Amino acid sequence: MPEDDVVPPVGVPLPPPPGDSPTRADAPPAGAPTAGPGAVPVAGPGAAPIAGPGATPAVAGTVPGAAPGTVPALELRGLWKRFGDKIAVAGVDLVVPTGSFYGLVGPNGAGKTTTLSMSTGLLQPDYGTVLVHGHDLWAAPVQVKAMLGVLPDGVRLFDRLTGAQLITYAGLLRGMDRQTVAVRTADLLAALDLSADADKLVVDYSAGMTKKVALACALVHAPRLLVLDEPFEAVDPVSAANIRDILASYVRSGGTVIVSSHVMDLVQRMCDHVAVIAGGHVLAAGTVDEVRAGASLEDRFVELVGGRTTGEGLAWLHTSSD
Amino acid sequence: MVAHLLRLKLTLLRNGLRRSPWQVVGLVVGSLYGLGVLGLVVAGMVALSVQDADLRRTVVVLLGSLLVLGWWVIPLVAFGVDATVEPARFATFAVPRRTLLVGLGLGGLVGVPGVITTVAVLAMGAVWWRDPAALLAGLVCALVALATCVVGSRATTTALAPLVGRRRVREVLAVLAVLPFVLLGPILGQVASVVHPDSLDTFRRATEVLAWTPLGAAWSVPADLADGRPGLAVLRLLIALATLALLVLVWDRSLARTLVNPPHTEPAGRGRGLGWFGRFPATPLGAVAARCLTYWTRDPRYAMAVAIVPLLPFILYFVAPGGRVLLVLGPSAAFLLGWTISADVAYDGSAFWTHVAAPLAGRVDRWGRVLAVLVFAVPVVLVLTVGSALFAGRADALPALIGAALGVLLTALAASSIVSALVVYPVQQPGDNPFQTRQGASLAAFSSQLLGWLTVVVASLPEIVLAIVAVGQRSAALGVVALVVGLLLGAVLLLVGTRVGGRLLDRNGPDLLRRILAFP
Repeated sequence: MPEDDVVPPVGVPLPPPPGDSPTRADAPPAGAPTAGPGAVPVAGPGAAPIAGPGATPAVAGTVPGAAPGTVPALELRGLWKRFGDKIAVAGVDLVVPTGSFYGLVGPNGAGKTTTLSMSTGLLQPDYGTVLVHGHDLWAAPVQVKAMLGVLPDGVRLFDRLTGAQLITYAGLLRGMDRQTVAVRTADLLAALDLSADADKLVVDYSAGMTKKVALACALVHAPRLLVLDEPFEAVDPVSAANIRDILASYVRSGGTVIVSSHVMDLVQRMCDHVAVIAGGHVLAAGTVDEVRAGASLEDRFVELVGGRTTGEGLAWLHTSSD
Repeated sequence: MVAHLLRLKLTLLRNGLRRSPWQVVGLVVGSLYGLGVLGLVVAGMVALSVQDADLRRTVVVLLGSLLVLGWWVIPLVAFGVDATVEPARFATFAVPRRTLLVGLGLGGLVGVPGVITTVAVLAMGAVWWRDPAALLAGLVCALVALATCVVGSRATTTALAPLVGRRRVREVLAVLAVLPFVLLGPILGQVASVVHPDSLDTFRRATEVLAWTPLGAAWSVPADLADGRPGLAVLRLLIALATLALLVLVWDRSLARTLVNPPHTEPAGRGRGLGWFGRFPATPLGAVAARCLTYWTRDPRYAMAVAIVPLLPFILYFVAPGGRVLLVLGPSAAFLLGWTISADVAYDGSAFWTHVAAPLAGRVDRWGRVLAVLVFAVPVVLVLTVGSALFAGRADALPALIGAALGVLLTALAASSIVSALVVYPVQQPGDNPFQTRQGASLAAFSSQLLGWLTVVVASLPEIVLAIVAVGQRSAALGVVALVVGLLLGAVLLLVGTRVGGRLLDRNGPDLLRRILAFP
């Protein structure tokens, strides 16, 4: 499926004014998994029900304009998560069309990692539903997780294994046979320029190499949906370009990728869809062109999220004193 | 600046307490324990101060030397030095080194051990209150000794950090560190029985030697003054001061090196091929078992957990040479080995996400970990059991002993499978600074361990009791019964344990991961 055909207008292109989002972040969940304000209401009808293990009663609303019967690769409905007295995610609704390259951007502490963790089975949401290709993740975790490839941020790996062992482990854990795992491990190591370090313990890898081997672990079972949290952090430009190529060809062949990133420029060039998250809410979501609305994604992001200071405040910085 | 550093230390302490009520409980328990010890020391010193000078000298010098030695050595092997104000963290700030030294040194006194040592040291100096000159010297030298304690502990940990950062050294050190603690009881018992007849004389001779060493010099200065030998006192004061100066120099040098060249761990080495992954069946279960077994060989934390097993025969032999006590070797080793995976999820740390993200049934996770232990635990337990029986000349007791040992092993594995799916607590992560204390190992961790032990003992009582009776009565028939009961009951319990543990893991997996990620 060529990606250009899939680009549907997702949700409301017009986000609410960013000014009032902080107050909403403080609002209690009130037990209602309703769509948070500022989230993307999804036009409901037109969805074909999916039969399958753990199929949910309500089938994902499809994206208007998408081919009839197409189920989104990932659909989040009214996700809430609270840590102590801080609400990290406050009613996130998001539709990630199948075959899209979806960017998730937001300031630090916006709830990106929390959202992605809940979407991949790593963190149980307080409220809300996660549908992966129409199947409720939290109702049948084992079946649904088989469709997912995950690269979380800020966690350790089993780093006393060698690179080759780690990728093999990820493959075998997902029930692949030895031969396939061996072939794919070698392919991935070569593609990510890690062949020379295949027998080195992951604990001795640099930060960028660790990211790459973790990415290989997410890819080894050829998942239908890839969820990557900050995949380019600390990765050198050459490897980053290689990874982008791998991901792009994966999307061309029908896979779906979600990446979170801080680098707007990268998201604008690489992704076809983007969602802006701040304060636990989705401020805008849709195709990259819709969201950026003529401006650059970075300017649009700053406009949406707010919080720019003029830079004039640090006058003393201009004359460096000793 | 020094005040800043002290305030930083206090703030860190306060914030640590604010984070978790268990930290407060820990501090209160620690303080109560410390106050108890302190009360004993002060009362002892009060009583001592009216004894004759000779006894005073012996007690103060011996106790003082022990205190200094404790400050120097214990952080190396046991508790570690508080890493919140690790020197490397100040590398980017332009703090003058001298200020940093004073600040970190005084910071070492903040906290339960520091406060208690300070008071105890002053009490030991005040023992000489009947002689004004000796009292003055006593108090001054007490402060010198206190400085020797704190600076010495900082010097040893800072200077040896790069060495101990190396994996092999750390593994060896970990095993060596366990040895004296394990053997302390038996050795003390032996020593006491040898020394008893003229113990005071032995202690006095030890005092004479210690007074010339850096450990005891400061403590013997007031005693020499009280004896009317000022020349000797000056000489020993010089030794004490030279020790302190040397320690400051060592610490200063190592601090300077740490600041410009923060310690980094050496490459941990390479593997060849797929290792265990190539030998186990290519299934999720085989993969988990292969991964665990790889960790057993590569992760020093696991080696530490079983370091005591090879020492068990010697300990048991020490406790009761040639006795029947040695026959409990097999079951004890089985218990220790089976219990090693009771914190396996905590040992995984946040890498546990790999299992949570994979479509892996909790049961498979549990069995994989159990299989990895069984692979080496069964041979080890069998060898130890057979060896101990032959050594004790009780080959006839073998069926009973094997039944009890394997029964205990399976039962302990079953209990571990449940406990590690229920409780996670902060443990040292691979590659952590070995001197760093993991904070917040809570009462929950402690009580879960205790409860788990009790459960294992109670659940394996049938085969244990049968084995004891069989060995006592020299009954071959009962021995066979113990063997059958141990194996059957153990197997059933293991099935139940892995099933229950697997269910718990299916339900709690993400929650365990969340708790692990929330650890400091």
